Amino acid sequence: MSLLEISGLRAGIGEREILKGIDLTVSSGEVHAVMGPNGSGKSTLAHVLMGRPGYEVKAGSVSVDGQELLGLPTWRRAQAGLFLAMQYPVEVPGVSLQAALEESFAASGRQRSQVTELVRHEAERIGFRQQLLTRPLNVEFSGGEKKFNETLQLGVLRPRFAVLDEIDSGLDIDALRAVSRRIEAATSESDLGVLAITHYSRILHELRPDVVHVLSEGRIVASGGPELAQQLEQTGYAAYGVEQPAGRAEAQPLPENPFADPFA
Amino acid sequence: MSPFPADAPSDLPGPPWLRARRDAARERFRAADPPTEAQEVWRYSRIDELDLDAYSPLTPGTGDRLVDGAGLGSELPPALEAVAAAVGERAGLVVVHNGRVVRTELQPALAERGVLLGTLDDDPAGGEDLVGSVAAAPDFFVDLNTALMADVVTVRVPRGVAVERPVLVLHWVDAAGSAVFPRLVVKAGEASQVSVVDHVASPPELAAFVAPVAELDAGDAANIAYVGMQELGRKVWQVGYQTSRVGRDATLNSVLVALGGEYARVAADSRLDGLGATSRLRALYFGDGDQMHDFRTLQDHDAPKTTSDLLFKGAVEDHSRAVYSGLIRIRKGAAGTNAFQTNRNLVLGEGAHADSVPNLEIEENDVKCSHASAVGPIDEEQRYYLEARGLPPEAADRLIVLGFFEEILEDINVTGLRPPLRQAVASKLEKARLETAALRTSEPETAEAQPAPLGTGTA
Repeated sequence: MSLLEISGLRAGIGEREILKGIDLTVSSGEVHAVMGPNGSGKSTLAHVLMGRPGYEVKAGSVSVDGQELLGLPTWRRAQAGLFLAMQYPVEVPGVSLQAALEESFAASGRQRSQVTELVRHEAERIGFRQQLLTRPLNVEFSGGEKKFNETLQLGVLRPRFAVLDEIDSGLDIDALRAVSRRIEAATSESDLGVLAITHYSRILHELRPDVVHVLSEGRIVASGGPELAQQLEQTGYAAYGVEQPAGRAEAQPLPENPFADPFA
Repeated sequence: MSPFPADAPSDLPGPPWLRARRDAARERFRAADPPTEAQEVWRYSRIDELDLDAYSPLTPGTGDRLVDGAGLGSELPPALEAVAAAVGERAGLVVVHNGRVVRTELQPALAERGVLLGTLDDDPAGGEDLVGSVAAAPDFFVDLNTALMADVVTVRVPRGVAVERPVLVLHWVDAAGSAVFPRLVVKAGEASQVSVVDHVASPPELAAFVAPVAELDAGDAANIAYVGMQELGRKVWQVGYQTSRVGRDATLNSVLVALGGEYARVAADSRLDGLGATSRLRALYFGDGDQMHDFRTLQDHDAPKTTSDLLFKGAVEDHSRAVYSGLIRIRKGAAGTNAFQTNRNLVLGEGAHADSVPNLEIEENDVKCSHASAVGPIDEEQRYYLEARGLPPEAADRLIVLGFFEEILEDINVTGLRPPLRQAVASKLEKARLETAALRTSEPETAEAQPAPLGTGTA
């Protein structure tokens, strides 16, 4: 049994603090959802966990089974068992999925030669088109294909914890189901712990969370069971004291008779 | 740059027409002002450093033993052997030692069909229509080459003949302090097809000057695939010229590879001469140490509905430099033309530098043109993506750089050349990485002598 522990995490870009103290613990086999509106710090959380250059950590700790990750470069965090499925996977021209995964295996002392078979197996399992496997990473992939590709890599690399940054965006309902089934299977087969970061509750119908957290302005303002996601769906974030950023508010209900004489 | 060579032999060999051309070229050369960096075509170059008098020209007239092929028997030097092995089955082979052809092989079936491979002496027509047929415009180093070249390698493919396998031309330069003038002429007759791999190499520590000229003439509906590979030693200067004429509905696919040399320049011109002609021009260059690679290109559209597509990709490590300067010229009457020019450079070392200067000159309205250039480091996002999959930064960078060049490698029709070129790129990266690591291990001493100022440390 493994633990991903985030405590007192404060981080931002330059002087601007975006995460204002995050405490969260994920055990292996659990699915945690972090929900929040735009600008609440969801993507920042994902990238700070993975160590993306450009973010500054002010305080706190992130560890996997007691191993502190915050001082480590990104690739060491990956080798320590953390995986990030990116919201916008970048195109890497001329680099094949196979070559990238083989290098990753080699760096962690695993057999390069296993990669081909694992990739083939994973692609079959989630229904990823075999033709896409020979293309350079993410190059000319549709949004959905990119997310499948992230899921496939998750399956091959078998991390201990996966952070899913808006894995549902770009996926239609069938694709969302296939991706969710694969991740869910990993939680039981290889005891994967999941931190699913999402704006919408849509994915949580497929990837059933054990714990739901609401992120607002860099803080977790509520945590609860799956029922919390359902409540959110009905009430929106406003019920948790979250103000929608200007311009992104829900459409106002129409007046009863929009053609009524306003001067009547 | 000093005039060269004051004592050039006056009894240059060859048939009367060739001697006349040599004399004329030498007169032009003597009358011309040597190039300087003040001239636009030599801007950013290192031409002011070139001292031609430091080299001895190897010409047939000198009677030097080095041009008679002595010392290069049936055994090829390992560097050349490796290229031959990578190419695999071939249509023919020409080995050129210090500018002199020492070995020629051609599949008998091709010879029977009229394919000619060898020197001017082997050409029943005497080759008068070959030399200078494409490289017509006077140029300082082309004139020098014409005056002083030892042998002309000729590849002549008759009308309608398709040479399926590549013709391999291997140059070996191993005369220290020499100036060598390789000349290659490829003439592909109407609706013929030929693929030529033109490779030049030298021992690692040898200093020499090489000024090759390659003339490629694609007749109507002909197809020429040309791969020019430069793997010269680190003390060799190269000033090369590649020129092509592409006829009606003909196609040229050219890939230039520059990995060696101290200063290595290639000017590559392609003239689209007939309706519907197509040139596809590619280059891969990678400098490290103090190398400099220098490319000047001209896509010269002189007929309607012609297409040129240029993609040159380079990388610079350590303190190396690269220059790309290219012009698309669309002459009046070349309506319906498509011309594209892209140059991308990866800057991998803090002391490395690349210049990229694209230009357009359009005298016709109904054309589609684009040019793009980029100079920059490895994309941070790509590196982060791969690192997030557990790749150490050096492995991520290696894949990204190899991936960057893959687009060029995929355009090399002789597929056997791709793996050794990938290997060559990878070993350049590895060498630079080891040197950086060696520098890092020596850093603590420096740090002790000069403590880092406060506030610069990172947690």
